[in-house]
Amino acid sequence: MTEVLDARGLSCPQPAMLTRQALQKLGKGTLEVLVDSPTARENISRLAREASWKVEIQQQADGSVKLILSK
Amino acid sequence: MSAISCFLTSRWGPILTGAIVGILAPVLVKLGNPGNMGVCMVCFTRDIAGALGLHRASVVQYIRPEIIGLFFGALIGALAFGEFKPRTGSAPLVRFLLGTFASFGALLFLGCPWRAYLRLAGGDWNAIFAILGLIAGIGIGIGFLKMGYSLGRNHPATTAVGWVMPAVMVALLVLLLLAPQFGRDASGNPTGPIFFSEKGPGSQHAPIVIAIVAGLAIGFLAQRSRFCTVGAIRDVILLRDSHLLNGILAFIVFAFITNLILGQFHPGFTNQPVAHTNAMFNFGGMVLAGLAFTLAGGCPGRQLFLSGEGDADAAMFVIGMIVGAGFSHTYSATATPNGPSAFSALALIVGLLVCIIIGFTMRERKA
Repeated sequence: MTEVLDARGLSCPQPAMLTRQALQKLGKGTLEVLVDSPTARENISRLAREASWKVEIQQQADGSVKLILSK
Repeated sequence: MSAISCFLTSRWGPILTGAIVGILAPVLVKLGNPGNMGVCMVCFTRDIAGALGLHRASVVQYIRPEIIGLFFGALIGALAFGEFKPRTGSAPLVRFLLGTFASFGALLFLGCPWRAYLRLAGGDWNAIFAILGLIAGIGIGIGFLKMGYSLGRNHPATTAVGWVMPAVMVALLVLLLLAPQFGRDASGNPTGPIFFSEKGPGSQHAPIVIAIVAGLAIGFLAQRSRFCTVGAIRDVILLRDSHLLNGILAFIVFAFITNLILGQFHPGFTNQPVAHTNAMFNFGGMVLAGLAFTLAGGCPGRQLFLSGEGDADAAMFVIGMIVGAGFSHTYSATATPNGPSAFSALALIVGLLVCIIIGFTMRERKA
């Protein structure tokens, strides 16, 4: 089952912090993160790649972005 | 355009931004700004508060064009890359309070984190205590974040909300250029509404056009690279991420080199420009400021750049800083080059208490 984290509208550093915690808890698998700020998108992509997670970015119809992180 | 954007959001973005700020800030000092005050968000908003008559400390009153330039630089960056998104709703009143007390704290040291790094790069060793205080304040803020602290989510807002701050900045620019005066009192002193210092740091400034252009360049680069003088330390401690810290290191190194070249490096604790030597208040003031910045999600510069992206909550923080500077001076809470004032200690205690209460009580409301 894919876990989903909705980090839309949250201030720095919460989107990155919550994603990092979720990835550490998950260990392996797939995590979908919803964000709506470019800063959160960049920070999460960077920290996920550095921890060897594959990052796929999907633009959503409402202007937000879904990051699919998998390992 | 996209190549520029890719570069600025890469690991080199904060480094380039830091280097450019590090060069421009000492140059602004050479061209007239007060010592080690090429760029200081808190000093500049304090001067704006004075110019608007929110305090009557006659030596620190000026509408700093750098702030206007920084804001519009960020706005241009956001508009050019489709990142101008009006939004609000993340506890704006609390953000206003955090801005107010961030100002109280930073004015005990006489500088925001930007100026703390610039003072260090100019040889003012008092900044070491301030930076240690900043790290401590950020550390406390991280403790609250780990406990679940959150100001909640913002939401998209109507377009007009995003254009309020640009209108405010245009109004400031008009007031800077026209400096209207209603008259003079019996002693011959101007009665406002706009006050400009005739002596002291408020009277020292680089030419308006140069200050605005420097601000525009820094604001654009900082918006694109997400440059943040608080996030730099926070991310290393919380996320083990040195992306932003590299920018701060470049900032300090380039400011140091530029100061050396311009003959503005004067190492020591005493006789530093717009500074005092009380280590306890330099440290304590920045503990308060660092905590308030961390609880609000970024340094004062970052708050200004976010407000340029249409973030009305960040704009509330900026307005809070201006109002806080007014209160701080009026209530004899701000430090002066002679050291802390009559109510500096009380302001520090009250500010810390308010921020700690905010840290313990603010949690995201579950739907």
